[in-house]
Amino acid sequence: MIQFKESSLARVNEIIARYPQGKQKSALLPVLHMAQVEFGGWLDVPVMDYVASLLQIDPIEVYEVASFYSMYNLKPVGKFVFEVCQTGPCMLNGSDDIVAYIKQKLNIGVGETTSDGLFTLKTVECLGACGYAPMMQFGKTYREHLTKEKVDSIIEECRAKAN
Amino acid sequence: MGRKLLLEKAHVEGIRHFDVYRREGGYRSVEKALKMTPDAIVEEVKKSGLRGRGGAGFPTGMKWSFLAKPEGTPRYLVCNADESEPGTFKDRYLMEFIPHLLIEGMIVSSFALGSNTSYIYIRGEYDWIADILEAAIAEAKQNGWLGKNIQGSGFDCELYVQRGAGAYICGEETALLESLEGKRGNPRIKPPFPAVKGLWGCPTVVNNVETLAAVVPIINEGAEQYASIGIGRSTGTKLISACGNINKPGIYEIDMTISVEEFIFSDEYCGGIPNGKKLKACIPGGSSVPILPANLLLTTAKGEKRLMNYESLSDGGFATGSMMGSGGFIVLDEDQCIVKHTYTLARFYRHESCGQCSPCREGTGWMEKILLNIENGKGKMSDIDLLWDIQRKIEGNTICPLGDAAAWPVAAAIRHFRDEFEWHVNNPEKCLTENFGLRHYADPIHVPVEKN
Amino acid sequence: MADETKTIKVTIDNITLDVAPGTTILNAAREIGGDVTPPAMCYYSKLEGSGGKCRTCLVEVAAGSTADPRPMPKLVASCRTTVMDGMVVKNITSEKVKDARNGVVEFLLLNHPLDCPICDQAGECHLQDLGYEHGKEGTRYQFARRTFKKEDLGPYIQLHMTRCILCYRCTYVADQITNKRVHGVVDRGDHAAISTYISKAIENDFSGNMIDVCPVGALTDKTFRFKNRVWFTKPVDAHRTCDTPGCCGKATLWLRGDEVFRVTARKDPWGEVQSFDGKPGWICNTCRFETKQTSSWTIEGLTTISRHSVVGANKYKTLEKPNETVQKVMHGVSPKLLMDIHSVSDVNKPSIHLSEIDRAANSNDFKK
Repeated sequence: MIQFKESSLARVNEIIARYPQGKQKSALLPVLHMAQVEFGGWLDVPVMDYVASLLQIDPIEVYEVASFYSMYNLKPVGKFVFEVCQTGPCMLNGSDDIVAYIKQKLNIGVGETTSDGLFTLKTVECLGACGYAPMMQFGKTYREHLTKEKVDSIIEECRAKAN
Repeated sequence: MGRKLLLEKAHVEGIRHFDVYRREGGYRSVEKALKMTPDAIVEEVKKSGLRGRGGAGFPTGMKWSFLAKPEGTPRYLVCNADESEPGTFKDRYLMEFIPHLLIEGMIVSSFALGSNTSYIYIRGEYDWIADILEAAIAEAKQNGWLGKNIQGSGFDCELYVQRGAGAYICGEETALLESLEGKRGNPRIKPPFPAVKGLWGCPTVVNNVETLAAVVPIINEGAEQYASIGIGRSTGTKLISACGNINKPGIYEIDMTISVEEFIFSDEYCGGIPNGKKLKACIPGGSSVPILPANLLLTTAKGEKRLMNYESLSDGGFATGSMMGSGGFIVLDEDQCIVKHTYTLARFYRHESCGQCSPCREGTGWMEKILLNIENGKGKMSDIDLLWDIQRKIEGNTICPLGDAAAWPVAAAIRHFRDEFEWHVNNPEKCLTENFGLRHYADPIHVPVEKN
Repeated sequence: MADETKTIKVTIDNITLDVAPGTTILNAAREIGGDVTPPAMCYYSKLEGSGGKCRTCLVEVAAGSTADPRPMPKLVASCRTTVMDGMVVKNITSEKVKDARNGVVEFLLLNHPLDCPICDQAGECHLQDLGYEHGKEGTRYQFARRTFKKEDLGPYIQLHMTRCILCYRCTYVADQITNKRVHGVVDRGDHAAISTYISKAIENDFSGNMIDVCPVGALTDKTFRFKNRVWFTKPVDAHRTCDTPGCCGKATLWLRGDEVFRVTARKDPWGEVQSFDGKPGWICNTCRFETKQTSSWTIEGLTTISRHSVVGANKYKTLEKPNETVQKVMHGVSPKLLMDIHSVSDVNKPSIHLSEIDRAANSNDFKK
């Protein structure tokens, strides 16, 4: 059965308390973020239904929202997700080369996951790090001023973490 | 170098933490504000001439004075930290390095507007910055600057951080409010404006991070002092996030009297173009404002030096000028392809369209496809006119400004760089391997030689 | 202060009228009727919150009000803009509006499959009408049209997402008329789609009303699917005593002979469900899908059909012509004739009423 751990449930209630009575739907985005972290990095239908029941809203309201925002994964992803920015300023600084290099290095296309389930490569639109381009989102933080060497070391870092 | 009002202390060791921030003079504006009346604060902000730093440049004091105040209905202040305009990364810097400045500004502003619960809506990708803000809020609360009866004034204020989840459109204030209510980020149809019906149907003010931070020096030093910095209706200082092909990308706090030329080429700011290359073009205010070729960027059509401020950057309208926008300053050197750059922006806007209204939903994707064709040497001459017509039919006809934001870059690229588009069409193979280059957009002024 | 009988003046395409405060420009224009009424693809007066999205009803406000006569800088959605006293609105008298509307029609048709020949909505499709009246011949779109994964919504409703213009009306129906919404708009931008996300059947007593509000053929009646063309059927108004709470029991039956091919709610001249006693006349799924015998209904008579509608073709002997407004507002210019068949053909002269001939018409009838 899908259920948040105790500490997460407490956090959900804390978040709901930020809004006026009856406006608990406002907690949807933060709670979906938590669910994605806690339940395998993506939002499966039962997970979304669980969130709906927690917030006392209809499941479709959760599907509508989850499918609107690009940070929610509606399909399974690898353990490590590389989200490389490719918008204007990053493009000016060679993001295309970085994407091509990761593709070649991991032997996957954009939107794909390596067969060992470790890496997923995504291209994303502007992440607000234009001055530190090229860059990618990696978990909670950004990796900036990317070079091929930096990509290599990030991949190594992941592999070490996975073992 | 001009005066710094926001980032002066940003690099003091430990400034992220309350104790250091307070020791450096933080939270003085709250002390001062709590002894003023809310109306007096609004008046002060009006007098300062502060204009919204999110992009539209609307006078902040005026926006505040529109806030409806019906009896018995709560009012809300929401900070727009959904910074996502390509080229813009200034709010991130401010929140990451000196989070208490935003919190201080929000307490003063909440008091002025009568908001007892205020929210910071931060873009979801700034995950670690949300943590920094939450930690800072906890510190502020612990020290009696948030929560019940702040500093014995009788004013209660709670401040919460809410993360978005990846949607540029949520930077539009009504889409942001929808998102904060746990819905899809579809912009609302206005009127009613948020000042009358905003968050949960209550009167709401939505302000950019930098705007709210600027309230701190305004209260500390007084509106007149603030208004004395800058020029004309561009008062105070402005954060510019510079990126693209420059030697020193980053955040610069400028007073709005310096010239664009100085900003790009002086060592104090961008430090010129790398590898001795020439300036080709620049988008001075975030991706949605019109791109300008070097000649029109550095001087206005009247032949005057263009300055880094609201009036000068928009001098000449869209025909020969651009906009200050959000301060996202994107520089393109001589080797950059305008068609490709415009294509990536068109792709961005297609990706970020909410899909609610038809011109934007259908038009952005159409423009993207045509631009990709031209970029790949598969374009027709008629495609250029078609692009022009599509952008014209999107602009002004949509619910929110995303339609305009998607139309303007395409329009300006064609307006100023039409021959580059035509070159792509006429040279379908060459354009895959070569660049159009600089041609007559070469900067007409002397370019300082790069220092080693 | 609150004088309920007070009205305000608004001028639309040179016609001035008095309306109640709070009236939208669109509804004011509907009071005038005819060509000055902007087309509306997403607005639905009986659905709260609808409108503003399709942008077909954009109009120019040449003067905001008597108090503030400045023009509005942008075209506004007439369905969501309330009139002010002394407001001056230009619809068909504005070149800007015509140009913008032309663009909107092109955008709406951009990814539309144009599969009218196999679409059940053909003949009563608002997008067809819109394209016919405001669109251009041909498309400038040179790319493959958008497609979607097929989704089954259960035994009653057929979803063709490719035809959808995302008016959101069906989601408002689900929110406001049914007791539980299981479908909505998922995804975003040019891939936003009407869906239940989990391919769930929509089961609800009033779900059929989603079909009635759909302006295009995105949601059609599965029990009527491919059975007939609407213009071959004869619509009659009928009622029955229905015990579903909330169902008005008043419907239009679409007949061929004595066979009921389809049941719909009754529509007003704007294509919306008619109101009875001030309440929208929604009907339940039992009436709509399960009551297809004429014996179950009390037939009141022929349904009034717009003279422009193909549904009325050759069914009526005389026509009552509505008030023509075009000449009045266009300084004597005649309404645009889309095609004057009589200038090129001897067939079907205006003087000949086919319905007066008591046998099948033949070529001799046209030679008269």
